[in-house]
Amino acid sequence: MTTAADITYALPKRRSPVVQFITVQPLGSLGLAVIVVMCLAAAFAPWVAPHDPFELNYITILAAPSWEHPFGTDNFGRDVFSRVIYGARTALAIGFLSSLVGCTIGALIGVISAYFGGWVDNIVQRVMDVIMSFPIIVLALTVVAVLGKNIVLGIDLNLIIAIGLPMIPKVARVVRSSALAIREMPYIDAARACGYSHGRIVLRHIVPNVVAPYLIMLTAFVAQAILLEASLSFLGLGVTEPTPSWGLMLSGSAADFYLEAPWMIIFPGVAISLAVFAFNLFGDSLRDWLDPKITT
Amino acid sequence: MLAYTIKRILLMIPTLLGVAVLVFFMLRVMPGDDVVDLMLRAEGANVPQHVIDAERTRLGLDQPIAVQFVRWITDMARGDLGISMWTGRPVAYEIGVRLELSLQVALMATLLAVIIALPLGTLSAIFKNTWIDHIIRVVSIAGLAVPSFWLGMLIILFLLTTFSWIPPITFTPFLEDPWLNLSQLIWPAMAVGYRYSAVATRMTRSSILEVMQEDYIRTARAKGVFERLVVARHGMRNAMLPVVTVIGLEFAFLIGGLVVTEQVFNLNGIGRLFVQAVARSDYTMIQSLVLLVAVCFILINFLIDMLYAVLDPRIRYS
Repeated sequence: MTTAADITYALPKRRSPVVQFITVQPLGSLGLAVIVVMCLAAAFAPWVAPHDPFELNYITILAAPSWEHPFGTDNFGRDVFSRVIYGARTALAIGFLSSLVGCTIGALIGVISAYFGGWVDNIVQRVMDVIMSFPIIVLALTVVAVLGKNIVLGIDLNLIIAIGLPMIPKVARVVRSSALAIREMPYIDAARACGYSHGRIVLRHIVPNVVAPYLIMLTAFVAQAILLEASLSFLGLGVTEPTPSWGLMLSGSAADFYLEAPWMIIFPGVAISLAVFAFNLFGDSLRDWLDPKITT
Repeated sequence: MLAYTIKRILLMIPTLLGVAVLVFFMLRVMPGDDVVDLMLRAEGANVPQHVIDAERTRLGLDQPIAVQFVRWITDMARGDLGISMWTGRPVAYEIGVRLELSLQVALMATLLAVIIALPLGTLSAIFKNTWIDHIIRVVSIAGLAVPSFWLGMLIILFLLTTFSWIPPITFTPFLEDPWLNLSQLIWPAMAVGYRYSAVATRMTRSSILEVMQEDYIRTARAKGVFERLVVARHGMRNAMLPVVTVIGLEFAFLIGGLVVTEQVFNLNGIGRLFVQAVARSDYTMIQSLVLLVAVCFILINFLIDMLYAVLDPRIRYS
């Protein structure tokens, strides 16, 4: 005799979202894999790097790549491979932080602008228009010129503001349009009818619904931030020596020596391209996966 | 249409004023060294206070900020961009001597991008999910990732190792010696053009793919129109709108690409001028250049919107 307790139900097998993502988006997973490897290399840089990135060695100046120095050495005899690995720390830290700051502020502005509408929306949109009419690097350079340096825990906070600021209007625009649709939903009316405060409606009912576009843009803008950090450092207005930074490795003395020692510029450049490539691939797939309608 | 055009033109004024206000007050309100401090540091000597004060008075930096702003705006309205605080020459002159070079590189990069992007994007869309498509897509995603200044260095490296030749450093106007001029400027145009063409290729591909789903494409095919004509006449024409937008918007951002690329190729253009002005806190120069770029950007946006109505008779503004 079978009782109700003995009956087992064959539930459809639920695969974890990670496995799903890998099977549906192989290219995006490749990007994710590269990102994970870079993050690990950055986190464990002292163990991964074969040499001290700051160590000057006048015997091995401008040495070509060898087993001892896989990417060769620069004009101070510093190991390029170790500097590229330590550079990942700078690139990823600044990339993530500035994207986080820029996207979060942008998303909040977008939600508030959509929720209140009317003159608030109008003013916010005009201000965003103004910020958007600067090319990214021009805006970042102007902010750098204005704010100077403000280094906390080895990271230049003002550089993060300079890189994050140009993202704000773009994120605000996308999030605003999603939030506008959500504002018209019946559950928002219900929340209002319950007498909830504006703060509660925005934070508990609107913000969770714009997380998808927020996450997509967060990843996409890490790529832009890494590229921008490299450009600013290359111009000598971003990260400064002796901090290892990929953009910095392409500027200054590298510009004088790279025709004799091409490895000085080839590997940092490959690192920048690979990082941006990986974040773009992952961001694209994440967008297709989470919400095919959004374009950034 | 006319009413809409006038309205759009009038709407540009507050945006431009906003840009002017933002740049002006950002430069002056924030703490930091101004040009006088930097000059003194460059001199490296103890300069008496009255000399510093005199210099600030000469540059108008001692006036209240509001007065400085009003003076600047009224001067701008009269077409006077002011005097560079660092070189002492008129800003309009400093920009004028460098504009030709930057503009030529920008135009060449645009031309290059369009020539490459339209056929590649179309091919990629027609042969969707074949190896042709895959290769084109990988090349264009890579184009978004490779920094233009690094690509520029690689180009120079390539020229040196293969031809033992480096592009000339001094600028020759195109009309004087077109060959010499091109041999200098084609390389930076390639360096910034790669990213540009990558963006345009991706746009062309997705735009054509979208248009090919339309009913009129099916109708054309059903009529028995050759596939080549379907793509060229019905597909590409209708797919051009978003492509035009991207090309226009990227043109404005090309200035940004030039800021770094001019550094690599030792070109004395607008981008280099901007970097120098930032490094020297040359307020008059920075604000004029930023405003110039913003004007370009806003004008291009406006022209794109107007072009829409011309290219697509379905779009009517009212």
